[in-house]
Amino acid sequence: MLSTLNSLFIAAVLAGTPLLLGALGEILTEKSGNLNLGVEGMMFMGAITGLAGSYYYEQAVIKSGGEPSGILSAVIALITAFLAGSFGALIYSFLTITLRANQNVTGLTLTIFGTGFGNFFGEFIGQKAGGYVAVSSTTKAAFSKLQIPVLSDIPVLGKLLFQYNWLVYFAIFLAILMAWFFRKSRVGLNLRAIGEDPSTADAAGINITKYKYIATIVGGGICGIGGMYMSMVTTSGVWVHGCVSGYGWLAVALVIFATWSPARGMLVALIFGGLTIMRMYINIPGLPAQIYDMIPYVATIIVLVVTSMRQSKEHAQPKSCGLNYFREER
Amino acid sequence: MSRNVTAAKEPLIRMAKRDTLTPQKAWGIRAIAFLLSLITGGLLILALGHNPLSVYKSMVIGAWGSQTVIRETIKLSVPLLITAIGISFAFKMKFWNIGGEGQILVGAVAAGYFGLFTADFIPKIPLVMLMILAGMVAGGLYGLLPAVCKAKWGTNETLFTLMLNYIALAFIKYLMNGPWKAKGSSFPKIAMLTQEARLTKIFGVHWGWILALVLVVVSSVYFTKTKQGYEISVVGESNNTARYAGINVSKVFIRTMFLSGALCGLVGMLQVAGADYTITEGTAGGVGFTAITVAWLAKMNPYGMLIVSVFIAMLERGSNTIQTNFKIPASASDLLIGIILFFMLGCEFFITYRLIFRGKEEHHA
Repeated sequence: MLSTLNSLFIAAVLAGTPLLLGALGEILTEKSGNLNLGVEGMMFMGAITGLAGSYYYEQAVIKSGGEPSGILSAVIALITAFLAGSFGALIYSFLTITLRANQNVTGLTLTIFGTGFGNFFGEFIGQKAGGYVAVSSTTKAAFSKLQIPVLSDIPVLGKLLFQYNWLVYFAIFLAILMAWFFRKSRVGLNLRAIGEDPSTADAAGINITKYKYIATIVGGGICGIGGMYMSMVTTSGVWVHGCVSGYGWLAVALVIFATWSPARGMLVALIFGGLTIMRMYINIPGLPAQIYDMIPYVATIIVLVVTSMRQSKEHAQPKSCGLNYFREER
Repeated sequence: MSRNVTAAKEPLIRMAKRDTLTPQKAWGIRAIAFLLSLITGGLLILALGHNPLSVYKSMVIGAWGSQTVIRETIKLSVPLLITAIGISFAFKMKFWNIGGEGQILVGAVAAGYFGLFTADFIPKIPLVMLMILAGMVAGGLYGLLPAVCKAKWGTNETLFTLMLNYIALAFIKYLMNGPWKAKGSSFPKIAMLTQEARLTKIFGVHWGWILALVLVVVSSVYFTKTKQGYEISVVGESNNTARYAGINVSKVFIRTMFLSGALCGLVGMLQVAGADYTITEGTAGGVGFTAITVAWLAKMNPYGMLIVSVFIAMLERGSNTIQTNFKIPASASDLLIGIILFFMLGCEFFITYRLIFRGKEEHHA
């Protein structure tokens, strides 16, 4: 029983990490007052470009007769995925901040575009590679469990805490960094002021446009890294058609459950990560697998309804979220 | 000091609100944006090493080149059009129903129930009517759920409707694997409908296309000529204005979302009885999402949606052709639709505002 719980916990951390990254990106975005519903699209974009970045790097090195380095390959995947996600967010920012398009529809379009982008290039690169894209075992190793000296060898705890892939620790570090950023740093406080009341922030001399652009673009980049996790870790470096499917939207929902707090995001990501894989670990007699698969979505709805029933001012969405700021129209 | 302030540089570009633009000019701007989006798509095709003109040409021929493909294109545009009309009911009141996909699926299941299990003792016409009714009621109720929560507690409808999509999909997988699994099949699938339950074809396409055309006219009248349609647009402008005017906002939410979901459910019925003759995971096939773009591109005008849905169906049908002819993956249509929509969203700005470049200050008489 205990070992089942342990392996469930480990699997929940692994499944929750892409959710956490997506949610962190969206929290940063929403704090600036931009409601970007394109998380799913940006994750798709990050998923394929991260994979493609590693794949082309390896091909280039092998062609020139060298030996690809796993660390370099992982760094390339990280950077390309970040850039792809921020490119998606840049389109969104340009349309909503500069051209003042509707945020909801622009976000949905970004999802359609990004999903097409991911699947299109996934198939396209696969065709060129002769069937499907897959990275070599060197890169795969760079995205598998870490073996930390001493720490990983501690009985039980070592397994539970110190043997994940590096992206898990990256995500946790990012969550803590963002929690500090929103509470303690001047820039973070300015950003929150913009999300709550842009006209007041504007009067205080904060450059709204600049803040909104940077927050949205960096947020999109983080979502892109979350997508890269899906293609490099979850599907272990092989492109699977529609691999992100649904995770981006769960991440948007997680933002609400985390009540826009990066620290709480870690907890809810763990819970939802657990819900998505629980079927493999805990068998409920008489419950068909497909009905079991509904659990994370049903849970999302229940939490959505419950949180909306007891609205608290402290844990609410940034006030200006979803509305474009417009200096001339106050 | 004061000189410094007055000498502050005039920004390179600034914008000013336009006086109302003539419709011709506005449509001109949209046409330019549309052309630019095709050019952007063309550049992408060029980067992949193909000739954009021949790819576009083969898309058009792939959608309109022969009687068979024309029928296929029409068959694709029917669900898109009806779903877009359904979704526009919700979108007009700024209720972001992105659960079209799920509403289509539950409509398909409800209609499929009667189609699969009552076809041998109910005659054709009452059977088809029963299937339509079942599909619409199921879709409507599925749309009603988030509307009630939104009206009562302000629950986020975007995520709610979206989660319902995944739940409906999981339910269909359950039916395929368990209770509705076709007899004697080793593969999880649902049986085909008998002839009794299939829709009659008119000019080679099931009669859903006539229904779609009727719905265009009916919904246009509903939006512009009825009290309920007016209430929808007031609620869309501002909930508070609507309340002040004595409109029961909750009631409008609930009623309109039922209609919205019912139309999507109807699409599910048409897909089952007219197109696929069975229920699969792909019964909705992304229509619920693509229809959002159709509705938005048409600016929620049903007649516009007719044109846009045929155009998008052409892209989707044509992208299958370019997959066989040029080995360009069929997901290209999603990419292209995304690009077109980005441009159309962006061009609205140039209809509302004009740009003034530095040093080109106009003097109004």
